[in-house]
Amino acid sequence: MIRCEHICKSFDGKQVLKDISAEFLPGEINMIIGRSGSGKTVLIKCIAGLFNVDGGEIYYGDTLFTSLDFKQRKAIRRDVGMIFQGGALLDSLTVEDNVRFPLDMFTEQSMAEKRERVEFCLRRVNLDGAGKLYPAELSGGMTKRVAIARAIVMNPRYLFCDEPNSGLDPVTSNVIDRLIYDITKEYGITTIVNTHDMNSVMEIGEKIVFINNGCKEWEGSSANLFTADNEALNDFVFASSMAKTVKAASDNGHISGNWNNMR
Amino acid sequence: MGIFNVIGKYVVLMGKVFSRPEHVSVYRRRVLDEMESLGLNSIGIVSLVSVFMGAVLMLQMCINFESPFIPRELMGYATREVMILEFSSTVVALILAGRVGSSIASEIGTMRITEQIDALEIMGVNSASYLILPKIIATMIFFPLLAVLSIIVGLIGGYVITLVTGIVIIDTYIEGLQMDFKIFSVVYALIKMIVYAFIITSISGFYGYYARGNSLEVGRASTKAVVVSSVVILMMDLVITQISYL
Ligand SMILES: Nc1ncnc2c1ncn2[C@@H]1O[C@H](COP(=O)(O)OP(=O)(O)OP(=O)(O)O)[C@@H](O)[C@H]1O
Ligand SMILES: [Mg+2]
Repeated sequence: MIRCEHICKSFDGKQVLKDISAEFLPGEINMIIGRSGSGKTVLIKCIAGLFNVDGGEIYYGDTLFTSLDFKQRKAIRRDVGMIFQGGALLDSLTVEDNVRFPLDMFTEQSMAEKRERVEFCLRRVNLDGAGKLYPAELSGGMTKRVAIARAIVMNPRYLFCDEPNSGLDPVTSNVIDRLIYDITKEYGITTIVNTHDMNSVMEIGEKIVFINNGCKEWEGSSANLFTADNEALNDFVFASSMAKTVKAASDNGHISGNWNNMR
Repeated sequence: MGIFNVIGKYVVLMGKVFSRPEHVSVYRRRVLDEMESLGLNSIGIVSLVSVFMGAVLMLQMCINFESPFIPRELMGYATREVMILEFSSTVVALILAGRVGSSIASEIGTMRITEQIDALEIMGVNSASYLILPKIIATMIFFPLLAVLSIIVGLIGGYVITLVTGIVIIDTYIEGLQMDFKIFSVVYALIKMIVYAFIITSISGFYGYYARGNSLEVGRASTKAVVVSSVVILMMDLVITQISYL
């Protein structure tokens, strides 16, 4: 479980996050949604400790993460996997070496053990056989999948995904969403996903936190997303015509409230 | 940013760079890789510049000290001294600042803006140390070798031009090269080069590491890395020269 309390963050006097509190539960897809520039990336980076917050607390389980120093954070970092907006694979290493990297750095496993684990993770994301390629040779979807493989190689308890399906076609995007969903359920990971893609919100979202201009404006389960009475959220949700169609269908009584049943 | 602010940030970064490495074997492999990409790949440019410089130096000496009162052996001697004392270390370091400094700054800067550095941090890797320390070690080991190479190739350049133009008798050139040879001069050149290697790599790493924004900023960071490390090299040259003749 991850809990944020009253997080504030500014850059050069410009306040990007204003007093955000939220709780993210294990084994669930927690989604942070909001328009471009609303502060999603900054929030997830604050939670991950890549930015230091100006005020507020972040708890990992019962540990107050924000009060730890670099060395103490390292212990928690072993349990954290993160997928970045652009994949962020190390350019100078092959896919295999990228996925094996955390094992090389932090475990004393033998080469055979590490190879086996890497192979397993690559198979898990349907990329067996791509191990010898370099990041420059991968498509966007493959890059994201390698990033997922790298994020799960250490068996994380926390998984952060920053726009895991930005720049992907709808089918590939679905594949990535499924992967994240399955992995979360399989290992009971506390997963936080940033997105502005309503499609994936409806596909896999369970708990939703809506951020607008750096403020948390709404929070709830995905089932209640369409009946929320927040104007900014409604604008956001119903900007996609698919959501409108679904909403109309639901108003006509064709679908019950739970979007997870729609798959 | 004020200059003190920059220096402060630089010192803090160096503190991070020189903290205890996580996994020594990983670092060892990185040092070897960096020796190849930063050192071995600079052999060509260093040799090319040195051979011409040695030849030009020898020509200039002969043309400008055309006097019956100056023994011709001094031409080779002067060429050797200039090659060893200034050219092989300071001038070669300036060239390396351009070649190696810009590549370090743009490599690390690109890693910064594509969030590769964040990815390292998330895993709990000390990114500053992982990225910059192997480069510092590799260049501090390899650049002195490049200085030796430069001296040798430069003197060969002088030899060839002497042979081709016959501006002095070849034996006189050789005699000049052997005249009053002090091994200290070479040691001095190597020490300077080790200092320069640190300057180039740490400053370029610094500008790359704190690059922000987009590819334009990375370009700017790499230009800045080259300019600043060149200026610092020249200032250090002055300081070291002063100190060594006290
Ligand atoms: N390192 C930084 N320095 C200064 N300002 C920043 C920095 N990172 C983000 N910001 C500012 O914070 C605001 C929120 O940015 P953020 O990247 O969190 O948006 P986002 O919600 O992730 O958008 P997108 O969906 O486009 O990724 C922006 O106005 C941006 O200018
Ligand atoms: Mg973002």
